[in-house]
Amino acid sequence: MKSLPSTPSETSLDTELQLFLKRRHRNAKIWQIIFYASTLIAIVFLATLLITIANRSFGYVAIENRVDPDSLSTRPLEELNDAELAGIIREKLRPNRVKTIERAGALEQQGYNRLYEIVIEEIVQPEVIRSFTLLESVFRRSWVQQTIAAEYPGAEMEFRSWLNTRFLQVPMASQPELAGVRTAVLGSLFLILITISIAFPLGVGAAIYLEEYAVHESRINRFIQTNIDNLAGVPSIIYGILGLAVFVRAFSTFTSGAFFGVEGATTGRTMLSAGLTMALLILPILIINAQEAIRAVPNSLRQAAFGLGATKWQTVWYHVLPYAMPGILTGTILAVSRAIGETAPLIVVGASTFLVADPSGPFSNFTALPIQIYNWTTRPQDAFRNIAAAAILVLLISLLSLNAIAILLRNRFSKRI
Amino acid sequence: MTENNHYAIEASRLNIYYGNFCAVRDVNLNIERNKITAIIGPSGCGKSTVLRAFNRMNDFILSSRVDGEIRYHGKNIYAPDVDAVQIRRMIGMVFQKPNPFPKTIYENVAWGARINGFRGNSDELVEETLRAAALWDEVKDDLKKSALALSGGQQQRLCIARALAVKPEIILMDEPCSALDPIATLKIEDLMRELAENYTIIIVTHNMQQAARASDFTAFFTMAEDRAGEMVEYGATKQIFTRPKDQRTEDYITGRFG
Repeated sequence: MKSLPSTPSETSLDTELQLFLKRRHRNAKIWQIIFYASTLIAIVFLATLLITIANRSFGYVAIENRVDPDSLSTRPLEELNDAELAGIIREKLRPNRVKTIERAGALEQQGYNRLYEIVIEEIVQPEVIRSFTLLESVFRRSWVQQTIAAEYPGAEMEFRSWLNTRFLQVPMASQPELAGVRTAVLGSLFLILITISIAFPLGVGAAIYLEEYAVHESRINRFIQTNIDNLAGVPSIIYGILGLAVFVRAFSTFTSGAFFGVEGATTGRTMLSAGLTMALLILPILIINAQEAIRAVPNSLRQAAFGLGATKWQTVWYHVLPYAMPGILTGTILAVSRAIGETAPLIVVGASTFLVADPSGPFSNFTALPIQIYNWTTRPQDAFRNIAAAAILVLLISLLSLNAIAILLRNRFSKRI
Repeated sequence: MTENNHYAIEASRLNIYYGNFCAVRDVNLNIERNKITAIIGPSGCGKSTVLRAFNRMNDFILSSRVDGEIRYHGKNIYAPDVDAVQIRRMIGMVFQKPNPFPKTIYENVAWGARINGFRGNSDELVEETLRAAALWDEVKDDLKKSALALSGGQQQRLCIARALAVKPEIILMDEPCSALDPIATLKIEDLMRELAENYTIIIVTHNMQQAARASDFTAFFTMAEDRAGEMVEYGATKQIFTRPKDQRTEDYITGRFG
């Protein structure tokens, strides 16, 4: 048993130790505060981003109608039947325009929704003359009311969600009130589909070759590896220029579809070219991530398979790939998230900014959500910025849902093990 | 044909190199058929290297090179026209750490047979093999469960079952009990005894009691001055442990080594 009273030397040792310990704890505390602060700053930035977008996407608007809907009929427009709406259209629109509309069938047969739409869009022609932000609408409602009453006496006040079902269903238009993102959303999805179906097999294949088959020490493989690592950091616009030179120009016979006998195939500025360019763009990221995942497969697993008389391919296919698949999918999620938000290479490859027809296949013209957003933010009218904000919400939501699908897939793979 | 029915594997003038380093020098070793042969020796003496040379698992170490001959059924397995996959199918292996596939118990056993072209009744094969590995009674209700849920000793017996399922002639065991407790170790040793009736077993072990208990023949390896492994003595286990001919063997088995 050691006696409790301490000698003088022990006491000094104790205080020295305690001082040292105190210093260590203080250091740890300081670092902890720094990490805490950086997390907090990141959250603040993220919140600011989301608030800014929401601020623009929703809010009060002042609407002015070219023709007062009450002057068209004695009853409110919503209560009219098909025949009455058709009558209004015949009366108010020029005969030529009516003829054009009737190409799709007699007015009465086009259905209530379509007729109502024509009346609103071509006769009433509501125009947003002023839009207010969400924060203004919520916190300064009376100020908004007074402003509209004072400055726009003929206007009506209405709360508008710029992100609505109509916005998702209609294509691009020259007026912000009528424009939607249908073409852009379909274009983005189509593009991602092409990109994944090209980049995923190529990337995983290259990773398998580099990790399982290639001789690591050989000079040519080290050269390939270094190049892949560097390509992952090349700016995306350079891939765009590559895509323009190779896919759009040099291989235009193939990418335009002329080679496959597609009618009206003239330029290589097609969905296919864009998809190929995007695939090139994410390929290095995909390869590096897949390599990491394959490298993480324990060697004992390979040896177990080889010890049973499995060939290299059987070992890779039945054991290495399933084991690495969750990691490979995580890498693919990251790569696809990057691709879906890319704008620069698409502009270079020749994305259309005004497209109303749905993409019909790999050889059609294309546009994508980021292109549409970029285009809208450069327009002078105020309301275009509102729909740009709404389109950003659409982009974020589609990105998150794509990721959710990939994460579900990944979890299924992990569970099987 | 110079095949001697007595021997399962004949190694002659075997030299194994890693790059310029000679890991094993001039080994002549004839393994008796349907017996258990133990290879003992200090760490780094090349006993695992020799074991892995018997089914060409060293092929995966790029710098490794084998000189001399290892004859199996009278044919050198390092001859250029021999397919290493075929060799490994006939000479199975159980590793130091239990390494079942991250799949079901059933899949672990059936997979090896299936990829080697087995087209019979998998259920029967799995039951028969698990019985042979003395594991059937413990897992028969859990065949669809993950093999990783088994205990270490069970996993190692599953790995033995997996090796048996492809119907090899020889089973190589590389310190199969080093990660197991004494009870699981005894189970594996009993199992080896049973298997020796139908298979030739070669086991590398650090545990001298194990070699003395479980094997029929023992080869003692040690390192030469330049760290190259060499075989000092090879003979019946009883003789090696009671009347060793070489002083170095005696030093090692009595614990006076180093």
